[in-house]
Amino acid sequence: MSATIEARGVVKSFGQTPALRGATIAVGPGEIVAVMGPSGSGKSTLLHCLAGILTPDEGEVWFAGQRLDTLTETQRSELRRDKFGFVFQSGQLVPELTAEENVALPLLLGGTRRAAALAEAGAWFGRLGLDGLGTRRSGELSGGQAQRVALARGMVNRPQVLFADEPTGSLDSVSGELVMSLMTRAAREQGTTVILVTHDARVAAYAGREVIVRDGAVTSLTGATPSAGATR
Amino acid sequence: MLSGMSVPLTLLGLLEREPSHGYDLKRDYDTWFGRGKPLPYGQVYATLSRLARDGKAIVGPAEPGEGPDRKRYAITEAGIAEVEQWLAEPAPPEPHLQTVLFSKVVLALMLGRPADRYLDAQRAAHLQRMRELTALKERGDMMDTLLADHGLYHLEADLRWIDHTAVRLDMLAQEVHQ
Repeated sequence: MSATIEARGVVKSFGQTPALRGATIAVGPGEIVAVMGPSGSGKSTLLHCLAGILTPDEGEVWFAGQRLDTLTETQRSELRRDKFGFVFQSGQLVPELTAEENVALPLLLGGTRRAAALAEAGAWFGRLGLDGLGTRRSGELSGGQAQRVALARGMVNRPQVLFADEPTGSLDSVSGELVMSLMTRAAREQGTTVILVTHDARVAAYAGREVIVRDGAVTSLTGATPSAGATR
Repeated sequence: MLSGMSVPLTLLGLLEREPSHGYDLKRDYDTWFGRGKPLPYGQVYATLSRLARDGKAIVGPAEPGEGPDRKRYAITEAGIAEVEQWLAEPAPPEPHLQTVLFSKVVLALMLGRPADRYLDAQRAAHLQRMRELTALKERGDMMDTLLADHGLYHLEADLRWIDHTAVRLDMLAQEVHQ
């Protein structure tokens, strides 16, 4: 199985401070992978490199058989708009737009006509339990509702990869679980690959597997199988 | 005090450091693992006899001196393999494992074994169980959700302990070797 998205030996520093020191990860089509690790371990930097938001100092990033890190900024920008979706911790909705316009934004930027984009966006409101909230602005939504709108915006262009960076970080546990449940269901239905950065094990448990970023490198946690005989 | 299942393996681990008398083993066990609940002498000697019977320890001749038993015990290759297997295999991921995990970490550090790898193996086992419980919530009803949540929150607490311990391994190793 060839990887949908892959980092090979990625090194990235900010000034004198190294964030990634040779990070390698390959994620297959439709896989949901949790990227865990302590604060400052480099997990968000890894997500940004995979998504083409940052370019590595060394190493390579590949998406669907294409080298991503050597593309121009314009090409990467188009790729992010057309093939990737994003959900961040909070504060990502455009306050001047209605919830429905926010969801339609990636489609409008990609050239879809307004009526078609809004119709497509509207379909997500029922799916995510947001019926009747399409005309509200972000200030009129609860944190959990706003995050579900952000999720709809991340998924509306049917991305190949959804990048989620602490998507429940600002929510209470019940709202957070709803967002995770809806996100992973939608991703599985659409076959979307998900890179989920989280420090929260209960959030990571929605993924199919997890990796840990430590000191800028990726550790896979495919450990031994527990054995009842181990405590003989 | 450790659960009954862990006592023989912990004593065996202590024997891996150096051959010891039952009295010394009891004293070290009480110091590191007893947590205010000393191991009865009878249990120490019964356990050592079983370990010797099973080929995991060998017993030397009785030595002159005070005390109920002046025999020195030493670990065998089979005993070392048993300790290694116990440390390396993650415990079944159930809540309230702190006593087993605690004894494994302290013993691993005493014996200069890779405690960080054992913690990673346990972390993986915990996360796998958390994925199973989350999947149960996703397809189950509210009762399933409540039960799964109880397990998830306890496993999460263990995981946080694993994370904190992993960060402090260097300091713990110094303390254990003092």
